[in-house]
Amino acid sequence: MPKHPKLTEWEENELAKSLNRFPERKEKFTNHGGEEIPRLGTPESPDDAYLEKLSFPGKYPYTRGVQPTMYRGRLWTMRQYAGFSSAAESNKRYRFLLEQGTSGLSVAFDLPTQIGYDSDDPMSLGEVGKVGVAIDSLADMETLFDQIPLGKVSTSMTINSPAAVLLAMYVAVGEKQGVAPENIKGTIQNDVLKEYVARGTYIFPPKPSLRLITNIFQWCSQNTPAFNTISISGYHIREAGSTAVQEVAFTLANGCTYVQTAIDAGLELDIFARRLAFFFNASSDLLEEVAKFRAARRLWARLMKDRFGARDPASLMLRFHTQTAGNTLTAQQIDNNIVRVTIQALAAVLGGTQSLHTNSKDEAHSLPTEESVRTALRTQQVLAHESGVADTIDPLAGSYYIESLTDKIEREALALIDKIDESGGVVKCIEDGFIQRQIENAAYQYQMEIERGERIIVGVNKFQIQEDKKPPLLRVNPEVEKTQVAKLDGVKNNRNNQQVTNLLARLETAAQGSENLMPYIYDCVKEYATLGEICNVLRKVFGEYKDRG
Amino acid sequence: MGTAQRNRVLIGKPGLDGHDRGAKFIAQALRDAGFEVVYTGIRRSPEEIAAAAVQEDVAAVGLSSLSGAHMRLFPAVVEALKKAGAPDIPVLGGGVIPEEDIVALKEAGIVEIFTPGTPIDTIISAYRAACEKQPPG
Repeated sequence: MPKHPKLTEWEENELAKSLNRFPERKEKFTNHGGEEIPRLGTPESPDDAYLEKLSFPGKYPYTRGVQPTMYRGRLWTMRQYAGFSSAAESNKRYRFLLEQGTSGLSVAFDLPTQIGYDSDDPMSLGEVGKVGVAIDSLADMETLFDQIPLGKVSTSMTINSPAAVLLAMYVAVGEKQGVAPENIKGTIQNDVLKEYVARGTYIFPPKPSLRLITNIFQWCSQNTPAFNTISISGYHIREAGSTAVQEVAFTLANGCTYVQTAIDAGLELDIFARRLAFFFNASSDLLEEVAKFRAARRLWARLMKDRFGARDPASLMLRFHTQTAGNTLTAQQIDNNIVRVTIQALAAVLGGTQSLHTNSKDEAHSLPTEESVRTALRTQQVLAHESGVADTIDPLAGSYYIESLTDKIEREALALIDKIDESGGVVKCIEDGFIQRQIENAAYQYQMEIERGERIIVGVNKFQIQEDKKPPLLRVNPEVEKTQVAKLDGVKNNRNNQQVTNLLARLETAAQGSENLMPYIYDCVKEYATLGEICNVLRKVFGEYKDRG
Repeated sequence: MGTAQRNRVLIGKPGLDGHDRGAKFIAQALRDAGFEVVYTGIRRSPEEIAAAAVQEDVAAVGLSSLSGAHMRLFPAVVEALKKAGAPDIPVLGGGVIPEEDIVALKEAGIVEIFTPGTPIDTIISAYRAACEKQPPG
């Protein structure tokens, strides 16, 4: 039977171009027995519905993946989120991860850093260095990336409200290493809207927060064009208890809000849209999760094209990072968590993720130990090199169940996005609590199903055992707060304080106006103004957001 | 201090941790079990939580932390309640809390600590017991 002309067209265009630029990982992918594994399964004669809904990888609406060769070309980035205690300790863990074959860094900051408090702020009590690394000034950032070449690694930073400050510090460290800003690669999370509904590290009210985000889009497009300026995150929405449909809907609705805000500020869509990235959760319902990723990809492409008129393919592609679902990890029988993580990681890979973090088995007890982090990374490596799922593209496509579920999730998510729009948009739906209530209700219902034994969680409400052995725990050094505060004092004593005061005053004036604040923030961090000092200036001008409870 | 409402409790999120799925679940489950529940919202200082407990005249306070700051923050709430003139309000807690911390927290005056996987009925019973034990004001 002759090939369908559309398939030939894809092979001669998208595929040929991609193969030319990036050859596949192997000349021939084979099974045990030497038979060749096909690159892509398709119907023998693709009909219009197939072409409209699925099409081919690397082609609108990207249901089957954003690249024409997917993992045959390059495996996903194995990116383990890590960071704790001091910058020096975290630097050691990063160098360990790089030695173990991790392909990108992912920085966890402690909560004071994420909320723009210095380590000596009274609000930081007990939290310094706990869930991530404490960063007070450029001096800490220099230690954090000591001997790590920023021109070679890509770094993802989970930082939102003060993203501008940490980004400026990162670029400044790069410059000190001799790396030009245009060669800096990585991602800042920079997604404040989901902080109000799910994650909690907001500082300012929505409007000035959106301004800062737009400032970053603009500054990065001119200075760090290879840097992802935002990671629009469903992960935490799902962790807070949302359904899969809600995760897609609220995330893409947030995405539309950022796009509209940037367009309103006069930014060029096809310039900033290519640097938008996404971040989703991989939970245990394998088939639903695979359908979710595919539905999200198709829905975003359609929204960008139909609502915003994006034309550049790079603006239409939903590229995403995935993390396995922390909330599914159990404190009981922790080895079972390795199995859960494997299923979830498989869902992410079958769903076409660009990068992946696998959780460690002991995270329902504390931060993970080095040994359990290694097992989590090995899980990805086994999937990549032994399972065979990376050798053929979008292998579940065409399954009646997967395709109907993909359609259903897309349809229901779009209906929810429309409902948010009709109710006045995302910001209004956050302020009146509509989104929070939806998530809370879903979380409550799910938990009650577990409580009633209608939903079985192995080792928790069924198949329990008496456990005496305690897992080894990673303890954050309790001295970290003291040493961090001492280091901060040292920085303040050794910088040009007059210059810092002047630069902070200039930032304050600029914040009162409508200029892009990034250049002002960059000047401040280079003179070792602290994160807390910069954020306090902005608090003074912008005010603070408070949870409604 | 007036006579605390026997079925009125405060659920608080001390510190900077934003993980409130558990706290909100407990709040809702206690409401369904007949309690009146005041939820503080996230990112409250120990002093704010103590002040709210006194103002709302609650019979017990429940705290949640998943960021590892419980050893500093839970005892700080107990202290803040003493300073606010309400040393008798029992404090319960939950979250990602290693077993070896539980003894120390109980010594610091936290009456119960719940870790992930605790059945909700156990938690509700503990709140009921805590509310009843508190001597009338």
